[in-house]
Amino acid sequence: MDDSPRLSRSLTLLLAVTVALGAIGEVLLAAGMKRVGSVVPESLAATSRLFITAFTAGEIWLGIGALLLFFAGSLVLLSKIDYSYLQPVSAAGYALVAVLGHTVLGERVTFWRWAGIGCIWLGVALVSHTSPRTTV
Amino acid sequence: MRIAFFLAIVVFAGTGGEMLVAHATKQIARRRPVTRPAVIHLIGHAVRPGAIWAGLALQAVAFFALLALLSWADVSFVVPATALNYAVGAAGSALFLRERVNRVRWAGVLLVCLGVGVMCASER
Repeated sequence: MDDSPRLSRSLTLLLAVTVALGAIGEVLLAAGMKRVGSVVPESLAATSRLFITAFTAGEIWLGIGALLLFFAGSLVLLSKIDYSYLQPVSAAGYALVAVLGHTVLGERVTFWRWAGIGCIWLGVALVSHTSPRTTV
Repeated sequence: MRIAFFLAIVVFAGTGGEMLVAHATKQIARRRPVTRPAVIHLIGHAVRPGAIWAGLALQAVAFFALLALLSWADVSFVVPATALNYAVGAAGSALFLRERVNRVRWAGVLLVCLGVGVMCASER
């Protein structure tokens, strides 16, 4: 158990990789769904066809793989650090998704979205200055 | 009223589910400390306790409630409102998981809530 007020280097790396995998997974799902087309549920058969088409997109499978690794990383992290530490720090993924959406998918990021990202980063910085584990 | 009720389901079932998963993984790690070779053991055993499945079921309930909510209300309202998750998560961790949430962590959580709210409100 890690009682130090700071995360060890390996846990910091695992946390960064886990948050990045979550963000990358979501961006891959978004890229896959953009390629497949928007969901307009006309009938059950049409919706089923769309989902089957979605699962033929490589990005969707890569996205699901990244999100499964994100879940596995979260399990390991939750066994080591507080939930009240991990949950807000994971919000850094919101910022990463916006940056990836802007750079990879060419989405427009407004001033207010950058302002929100700034707030999230400030919040994450504050939480990361608290002890990552406060229970036995 | 219906929107408030479903929002409460999203927030409380979602964070409740995550807290159950957190509780179960801590229980497993308490029995056998998680070293690098034991990571596979943790992930393998994580699917056994009922708390994990109950946590995943609660998260599924939260997900379907979110879908229902999105069909009635604007996404620019729903997503910022679900940022309440962070505040409820911090309070729940202190109450049920016995974690010490000090003022600095609370300030950080509230800034994250504010940031998510600002990001999503900008979608209007």
